[in-house]
Amino acid sequence: MEFYIITVIKAALIAFTMLTAAAYMVWLERKVLAHIQLRVGPTRVGPHGLLQPLADAVKLLTKEDLNPPQANTFYYLLAPFLAVMLALVSIAVIPFGPEVDIFGYRTYLQLTDLSIGVLVVLAVSSLSVYGVSLAGWASNSKYALLGGLRSSAQMISYELPLAMAVASPLLIHNSLSFREIVNSQSGYYFGFIPQWSVFAAPFPQIFAFILFLIAAFAETNRVPFDLPEAENELVAGFHTEYSSMKFAAFFTAEYINILTICCVATLLFLGGWTPLWPSDLGSDFVPVLLHLGAAAILFFHGSQPARRTDKYTMPAAGVVFAVLGLTFLVPFLKPILIPLFWFIGKTLTLAFIFIWVRGTLPRFRYDQLMRFAWTFMFPAAVLNLLVTSLLVALTSK
Amino acid sequence: MDVILFLAFATVAVVAAINLVVQTHPISSALSLIGVMGSLAVLYLLLGGEFLAAVQLIVYAGAIMVLFVFVIMLLNAGAEQRRGKSILATLLGVPLLAGFLALVAWLIQSALPASAPVTFGAFTRGTPRDIGQLLFTQYLLPFEVTSVLILIAILGAVVLARKEI
Repeated sequence: MEFYIITVIKAALIAFTMLTAAAYMVWLERKVLAHIQLRVGPTRVGPHGLLQPLADAVKLLTKEDLNPPQANTFYYLLAPFLAVMLALVSIAVIPFGPEVDIFGYRTYLQLTDLSIGVLVVLAVSSLSVYGVSLAGWASNSKYALLGGLRSSAQMISYELPLAMAVASPLLIHNSLSFREIVNSQSGYYFGFIPQWSVFAAPFPQIFAFILFLIAAFAETNRVPFDLPEAENELVAGFHTEYSSMKFAAFFTAEYINILTICCVATLLFLGGWTPLWPSDLGSDFVPVLLHLGAAAILFFHGSQPARRTDKYTMPAAGVVFAVLGLTFLVPFLKPILIPLFWFIGKTLTLAFIFIWVRGTLPRFRYDQLMRFAWTFMFPAAVLNLLVTSLLVALTSK
Repeated sequence: MDVILFLAFATVAVVAAINLVVQTHPISSALSLIGVMGSLAVLYLLLGGEFLAAVQLIVYAGAIMVLFVFVIMLLNAGAEQRRGKSILATLLGVPLLAGFLALVAWLIQSALPASAPVTFGAFTRGTPRDIGQLLFTQYLLPFEVTSVLILIAILGAVVLARKEI
């Protein structure tokens, strides 16, 4: 019975966290894109626009919900449901930290540890094509159909290099369970270089990592591969005919997919929650110093206020950051917070790269996209897999 | 718990399979087939074939059926036209079908040797490692022959597709 209660609590917590994180991912994207383009982004709702996601949610919920008369109603309604459900399912196997002690109960920071965790993520991501293609088809509109077809073709093509790129770190770590993969990345070479897959011994997986990231951009329909929703050709692609909460469902699913794929990249290539250098050399103080540094900057700006309100808001935010930083020193919170800090830090860095690329690169043409997948990505991934397996076979005892 | 899950997903599989035949629209049929494959994957998982379950989803539901759905959408196939549905066919067909199914079930029942009933969780050798070892030792020849067969099929597909260019 205890197992079921704990699982339900964990599931609710993870779903809530991921949905909130997806909403704030939108805020982060708008802010970062704005600063890349010398704008300020959302500022009106809350300090620095921090309440913007809430306002967006209220707006989308209260908007008029249109159903196109020509649409195939059942599949039209099924598609956004499928998209969100499949996006949320694969989080179940992703571990966010090591085994921890919470009020004397030992548990994993993970919903369930499957021995085929990596395969489950691949399976669910291969199923998520249906949400997009059904939406495009059921809307019964030319733009939506074209967007859906493009998206399906693109996702099928890029799934192959993605799976090939995933296979090579699996060969090195000899497991399909995320937890075991992270545990086998936890050592250090020469006492300070982490044994992450990108630095791993027989053959560093840096090429696999780059291939994985490129394929991930295409899998999640992001710039420079966002042909399915190229607005100057296809209005809004597969979700042209969707409005209100059904549109929000696709939007949320897209951002949850980005976060999930960043988590997977972190776990497979960047050592999950293992720190960048050993804790003997003081890596446990990194989160403390980062938060205290942020607090110091805020106190400095509070002492020289640029606006009238800054005199109060800046030191207040500074106190929050200082307290957050000091909680990393509390002995019984430390084993939970430090791994979580490294995991979230790496994942958000990758998510930032996703946004950064969106702000930097122009869109591909559709034939270029397909040619790139089949004539560069796929052979490169196969070559990487071959070299890795040869070196693993030669070095294994 | 295992028995409840088995009954639930076995029912889903059978209902989806019947739905696959009954539906007139190709997309509905294709999606029902995906339902069959998904519930089969759950049944494999219940029997301890975890790798098989994942591969079932990746290969059948995630690759082959995506292609089916893709082609149906690309050709924009409409609903099937059904004509000449006589009452006699329905009246005779349903009892005949039931009788035929009963006959087949009885034949299979009597032809197969009696085997021990399956217990959930008894089989634990369905991990990727076990399957990989079996594929590359005991079943090496069938495995390699199948891969050559697939290679020939790929070459045939390329040759057929090139003719039109």
